[in-house]
Amino acid sequence: MTLLEEMNQKALDRGIPIDVHFDITYRCNERCVHCYLDHDDHGELTTAEIKDVIRQLADAQVFFLTFSGGEVFLRRDFLELVEYARSLLFNVKVKTNGVMIRQSEAERLRALGVEQIQLSVYSHRPEVHDAITKLPGSLERTIKAIRFLKSHGLKVIMANVLMTANMRDHAGVQALARELGVRYSLDPTITPRMDGDTSVLKLRIPGSELREVFHNDALIGDAKEFCAPPQPASDDDLDGYPCSAAHSACYISPYGDVFPCVQFPLPSGNVRRQKFLDIWQNSPQLNQVRAIRARDLHVCSGCTHVAGCSRCPGLAYMEGSMYGPSTADCEKSFHRTGIPSANMLRRGTALGQPLIQIQPLPA
Amino acid sequence: MPEKFIARSAAIAARKIGGEMMIMSAVDSTFFTLNEVATAIWQAADGRTPLTEIVRNSVCREFEVDEATACHDAEEFVANLSRHGILLLSDQPLESPPQSVAAS
Repeated sequence: MTLLEEMNQKALDRGIPIDVHFDITYRCNERCVHCYLDHDDHGELTTAEIKDVIRQLADAQVFFLTFSGGEVFLRRDFLELVEYARSLLFNVKVKTNGVMIRQSEAERLRALGVEQIQLSVYSHRPEVHDAITKLPGSLERTIKAIRFLKSHGLKVIMANVLMTANMRDHAGVQALARELGVRYSLDPTITPRMDGDTSVLKLRIPGSELREVFHNDALIGDAKEFCAPPQPASDDDLDGYPCSAAHSACYISPYGDVFPCVQFPLPSGNVRRQKFLDIWQNSPQLNQVRAIRARDLHVCSGCTHVAGCSRCPGLAYMEGSMYGPSTADCEKSFHRTGIPSANMLRRGTALGQPLIQIQPLPA
Repeated sequence: MPEKFIARSAAIAARKIGGEMMIMSAVDSTFFTLNEVATAIWQAADGRTPLTEIVRNSVCREFEVDEATACHDAEEFVANLSRHGILLLSDQPLESPPQSVAAS
């Protein structure tokens, strides 16, 4: 076990929220077609309120603090907030589209000791990237930002969300990341909007493409290992919980709402009305999420994939029940291994068509 | 032997969890955990207090260790952390950035 894994385990054992994702604004200068947010400002936390929350997070022993949005640089106080967080010795990560980052912003982020900056790049082709962000010139500006950040020695991750519009461009984005000397990460997950609107799900890449991605060594590493058949679930697997949401991680919105995770819109309290630690320790919603074990899952507990599935409880919640399956993850398990999940068999949707086709005999 | 002064670097992230200090270098992402004795030294590293005084006040009194052994161990520990840029080490008092660390 590495020191970092030990630290995470210690946080889990002691119920410490070691990792917090804080969206400080939902406003954005891009309008990405797959985005799950409402970009209007419905009353963001003020600078003083955010600093107070950050102070509370330090007291709650949070170590990893990710600032994201929306576009973080649309808040004029963004660097002031980062400076405050760093003065309290947080490990700070930033997610941004980078279009407002120039030499001076890159220099400041470096001086403040920010751990890592993640920027979204959808394609190496401007016409594809800019069509997704709906901001002309955005790819060029994001690449410039990456160069500024790299020139100051910052660690940069190029995040490549795959959807129908860019599903054939991952190799180009990967090559661009190599050329710029930054890490590349790929994510084929498109999530419903936070207001429950699922229309963006039509942008998800089809199963055939997902299968290709999962069997591509250049993207996955060891595809053979990644796509190996599922192992039988042990008691430890069934007593385990699906992810760190509400166990050692949580999410705070620009309005002070606390959720188990950015992808799990279960309102669990608001820092304008309660202290963060009070929410973390006593929220009935967070405690409900914490109590769930794999053996409690209605369909998944009996699924052949239960031990190795990437099932996201937030996506399951958005689909209807935090105890239920997440269809997107069922599809991932299926296209990874070729073996349908219990949920797919129940619904008869493996391979995108009924498993048993019964047609009336011609008269 | 000249006095040594130590100050915490600004280029780190740190948090005290369950009596141990977790420290990550923002320069190279190296990760350290400090035990209780090392944590006491690290927390007292204000740049102005000589290392021998830190050992006497924060280590020997708190952990019932003899001063010679504690000083020897502390010097090794300080040299190690300064090599990773976690602590700044000098023969002169240092300016230390204003920082606080949430206790467990």
